[in-house]
Amino acid sequence: MQLGPYAGFIIAAYLATFGVVAALIGWIIADHRAQKRTLDDLEARGFGRRSASREVA
Amino acid sequence: MPVMDLANPSRFLILVERVLPWLAAVTVCVLAVGLYQALLVAPDDYQQGATVKIMFIHVPSAWLAMFCWAVMSVAALGTLVWRHPLADVAAKAAAPLGAAFTFLCLLTGSLWGRPMWGAYWVWDGRLTSVLVLFLMYLAVLALWRTVEDPSRAARAVAILTLVGAVNLPIIKFSVDWWATLHQPASVLRMGAPTIHSSILVPLLIMGVAFMLLFLTLHLAAMRNEILRRRVRTLRLMQAQAGA
Repeated sequence: MQLGPYAGFIIAAYLATFGVVAALIGWIIADHRAQKRTLDDLEARGFGRRSASREVA
Repeated sequence: MPVMDLANPSRFLILVERVLPWLAAVTVCVLAVGLYQALLVAPDDYQQGATVKIMFIHVPSAWLAMFCWAVMSVAALGTLVWRHPLADVAAKAAAPLGAAFTFLCLLTGSLWGRPMWGAYWVWDGRLTSVLVLFLMYLAVLALWRTVEDPSRAARAVAILTLVGAVNLPIIKFSVDWWATLHQPASVLRMGAPTIHSSILVPLLIMGVAFMLLFLTLHLAAMRNEILRRRVRTLRLMQAQAGA
């Protein structure tokens, strides 16, 4: 693959795209783990949706 | 599973858990084929040389930047008119994705423009209207964070989104309405595409790959948002129980 005299621009464009997409994927995975962990923690402490509604009532 | 059942967030979550791994796998496969075609098979352009390879990520990013706002606009109607339970979840999940792809469109466009036009940036109709789209995405993200109650935030964001949708036809037709360095529409236009099939086919494969990528990330982000709202509800219940 010959990228010619503007190889730097082409490589920078692809690296930036991979970087941004990787950051999006990483953020979504980390966010999912965080929400799941918090939800499990709350439910373990008896604040499951049904049990919580009973406690509030 | 009937389509109307998807209005129920719990059933939607079950569907997402089933579909997401397969969708991610298909996305990776199509993206691999697209990158192979774009980087190793597609010929250089007779005028632009190898810099045409930037087009294979720039154009799909631009399509997604606009498509994402269109998705948010439909979701805004879902929030304001039909009050669909998942509409504001879909809108909120799409906003950061749209901002990211609009940023990529601007960045890769600049990196393509410098060797071809001699400038990273010019204040013409196409570039400026896409910059406005990016700023609108940032405004939507800021609004989601500013209003604490998700349903109130959703209504405010929905109105802003529908107002911002006016920008979509401006972006699309800016190259026809005003003098610009940016090339006119060459794929999504009346009549046949003006790109040779040896470059058009890899571009379309990359377009499908980016669309699948968006769908995968959007479903995953919607799942996160539903979980976030459950956490919020449980914390409110916890606070009420403790009071």
